[in-house]
Amino acid sequence: MKFVDEYRQAAPVHALLAEIRRTVKRPWVLMEICGGQTHAILRYGLDQLLPPEIELVHGPGCPVCVTPLEQVDKALAIAALPGVTFTSYGDMLRVPGSGRDLFSVRAAGGDVRVVYSPLDAIQLAQANPDRQIVFFAIGFETTAPANAMSVLQAERLGLTNFSLLVSHVRVPPAIHAILGAPGNRVEGFLAAGHVCAVMGYHEYPPIAERYHVPVVVTGFEPVDLLRGVLATVRQLESGRAEAENAYTRAVTFEGNRPAQDVLQRVFEDCDRAWRGIGVIPMSGWRLREAFAAFDAERRFDVGDIRTQESKSCIAGEVLQGRKRPPDCAAFGSMCTPEHPLGATMVSSEGACAAYFNYRRQEAAAAEVGSEA
Amino acid sequence: MCLGVPGQVMEIRQVDGLSMATVDFGGTRRDVCLAYVPEAKVGDFVVVHVGFAISIVSEAEARETRELLEEIAAHELPVRSAS
Repeated sequence: MKFVDEYRQAAPVHALLAEIRRTVKRPWVLMEICGGQTHAILRYGLDQLLPPEIELVHGPGCPVCVTPLEQVDKALAIAALPGVTFTSYGDMLRVPGSGRDLFSVRAAGGDVRVVYSPLDAIQLAQANPDRQIVFFAIGFETTAPANAMSVLQAERLGLTNFSLLVSHVRVPPAIHAILGAPGNRVEGFLAAGHVCAVMGYHEYPPIAERYHVPVVVTGFEPVDLLRGVLATVRQLESGRAEAENAYTRAVTFEGNRPAQDVLQRVFEDCDRAWRGIGVIPMSGWRLREAFAAFDAERRFDVGDIRTQESKSCIAGEVLQGRKRPPDCAAFGSMCTPEHPLGATMVSSEGACAAYFNYRRQEAAAAEVGSEA
Repeated sequence: MCLGVPGQVMEIRQVDGLSMATVDFGGTRRDVCLAYVPEAKVGDFVVVHVGFAISIVSEAEARETRELLEEIAAHELPVRSAS
């Protein structure tokens, strides 16, 4: 595939690794924000190919993982209501709430459906005027433009049976929270390429300056990730701390203006709880008052929600880069993708699922190798 | 959700007031909304998230990246021969 294959080839990967080895002089801790990047790093074993001076810690950029338990429990309550068809991105179905997940609501007779895009939910609303179609609008700045457009489209089509359960989160406030936390170890950031495709990276120069950390916009293929690491290490070794773009084919400084305009029109900033992390001030988006008619939280009364997290899950510390998934006693035993205790084990972008899928196979292969 | 893979715009049409396209992802075709990349043309590669194109891949920037990588690779050779 064009714009994919050439960024997975061995020759440029090895050239970049050699250049990184030549550049690095001291130990550095870098954080990749996005869970998609975490998966690519583990899938290709990039963390093991990098020189030992470079430690990669995994960030909170897994939308499913950080969706607060309270919102998951609200989703479960709404999805169980008669007359409701609850729609969601597929990853969300197995995320454990306080007691159960969306799959078990479906097993108990609830109409829960996976959609690829919120426009699929709009089509369901058009085709089923007698049912209430609710879409679980989660995610970062990458999914928010799609979800915002679905609201405008519902308004344009005059739909009265479509609403969103909104739980949007934003990257820059999370970076502030990580860098401002006592004991922070992160010295450089690989910023999430596609969040920046939407938002640009004009929010990052003040962060780089205030905390004196390089913030490098980074893509998702092996060559892109190593290019991001190289740019970050070059800055660190020369004492610079700037916002830099190492993913120029998809990202501009300004970002996607039409998307930003629609986001601005539909959503407003709000405080948001991040699962496992806690409330980060002004780190989320909610629907503006003008679109209250499309707000599922106003349309459905789900009563008091009392949340209960698993006591043994350390997802919160994993999401903040303080611990690694194998540090958890439940990892791979009590907690697996089939029976997850926390969302980080569910999502295709969760760090625990990445370690389970890629590092467990290596461990098994090593065992087979030693037996042979 | 954040792994937007680039696909190629094959055909553009209007559906319910939205600009929609058939986009080819290495043989798999999907309907994609082009509302956020109104300048996209048939043949362009777009980064797609949850059914929406959020960016047109820049051929010129991709070429520059290739050149940069070739420079780094060329840098590697003399070091190797010197050792």
